Amino acid sequence: MTCEICKERESSVHLTQVIDGKVKKMHLCEECAAKSGIDVNGPLSITDILLGMGVPKQAAEAAASSAESSGPERTCPRCHMRRSDFKKGGRFGCADCYEAFADELPPLLKQMHRSDHHTGKIPAGAGLRVKASADLSALQAQLKKAITGEKFEEAARLRDQIESARAKIRAGGAA
Amino acid sequence: VNIEELIRQPGAWLDIEHDSGVVVSSRIRLARNLQKCAFPGWAGAEECEKLWQELRPVLMEIPSLRPAEFVAMAELDEIDKAILFERHLISRDHAEKGKGSGLVFRKDEGVSVMVNEEDHLRLQSMRPGLDLRATWAAIDQMDSEIEQKVDYAFSGRLGYLTACPTNVGTGLRASVMLHLPGLALMNEINPIMKGLTKIGLAVRGLGGEGTEATGNMYQISNQMTLGEDEATIIGNLEQIVQEIIEHERNARSRLMEKKEIVVRDHVGRALGVLSNAYILSSKEALDLLSGLRLGIDLGILKNVGRRTVDELTLVTQPGHLQRLESRALKPKDRDRVRASEVRSRLAGQIPGREQDREKK
Repeated sequence: MTCEICKERESSVHLTQVIDGKVKKMHLCEECAAKSGIDVNGPLSITDILLGMGVPKQAAEAAASSAESSGPERTCPRCHMRRSDFKKGGRFGCADCYEAFADELPPLLKQMHRSDHHTGKIPAGAGLRVKASADLSALQAQLKKAITGEKFEEAARLRDQIESARAKIRAGGAA
Repeated sequence: VNIEELIRQPGAWLDIEHDSGVVVSSRIRLARNLQKCAFPGWAGAEECEKLWQELRPVLMEIPSLRPAEFVAMAELDEIDKAILFERHLISRDHAEKGKGSGLVFRKDEGVSVMVNEEDHLRLQSMRPGLDLRATWAAIDQMDSEIEQKVDYAFSGRLGYLTACPTNVGTGLRASVMLHLPGLALMNEINPIMKGLTKIGLAVRGLGGEGTEATGNMYQISNQMTLGEDEATIIGNLEQIVQEIIEHERNARSRLMEKKEIVVRDHVGRALGVLSNAYILSSKEALDLLSGLRLGIDLGILKNVGRRTVDELTLVTQPGHLQRLESRALKPKDRDRVRASEVRSRLAGQIPGREQDREKK
């Protein structure tokens, strides 16, 4: 069988993986396997390859050039990674890339993971901040409601609560 | 740190003289990043170096890591890197790194942190035998200690943010190394391994080529990191491992019932070749050592200790071998030195062969 990436050499690396209940197979030659970052000695994952260079070369180039022609490319405002950089390497540039390329994520996460929500450990510091920001948005919604309902006494109380929630976030952020 | 010193100790996953039977070791790693810096693969060399200089003293003071040692990847030669890889302290990728990357580890190697591998921090905890709970407790504790000193990149929805989205969420990869000669001899290994990949687990060898596991060693690990909490991921893996242990034990007792002579032949030949060979490749050594390990487990081999087999498993790896010889060796010469090392270590354990040891 010939390699699925270069379509020239004989394949010698064979990967099988179940994604979403479907069996996926890939046959690659050693050279292309190495180029797509597959460590034959490491844990093998088709998702890594799909992420890295799942699309054949020509298709990837076509996609890249069409993206270029349709206006400026999406870029992470903080680390300046471009969408095409992520597509090429399969790795994000910084934590903010998760926001910048948020629309890329759902199909990838669906392929790779059980769900798209974290249910595990939360760092103690971040936990407070995450919780505090959730509290804050709830309070702000209540305040808006109180003001439109002309319940000013309640609004004043909520305003104080919002102040202290903000202080909590600032303290958490500084820690 | 003195790598000479390191190779004289048995390795975190071999440290306890205990009946590990089927499971050789349990290992958990956590991928963590700092909010403030670009991920290592995207940050420049200078930024990586700055971060390594900043993180190193912080990690050296983390209670879980003390007494701590550190090495900067830039200061290691190829043999040192090979030794750290063979001891499972660094990944193959990390061995390729230079300036800006490093390793901090507790002296007994039980816990360690790779700095600036694919993520800023790759925490690891490793124990002999099947002991994922204690392995998790140790790494969870170390993670919580580090978290007090640095600001982790974390999102309420996606969890710990990692360079590669395959690791996002818990950032947790738990793996168990299994020795499965019984299933291999009964030709039952492939359906089991196929089954494992179907339920989302990854299978790989000890460091062997492709899917072929050298020395009948298989590493099984979770692939998914997002959507389930740490205890669930670990619990699922442990449950599967228990099932494989059952299969392996079952295969071994069937072997002894129906093919005892074949097993004794397999073990005896392994000992015969290892005790007498003058040229041994790394793969051949590992395959034969698997035979010895099985012989010890089944009570067929009485004179050879498990400790010796564990030591030989490490010492016959290229990095360790070259450091023992204190020089770089060509693969052809390595095979000779390896055979001589194995002969002499086994001779000390087999009655009537002590003179061989002296002759070495």
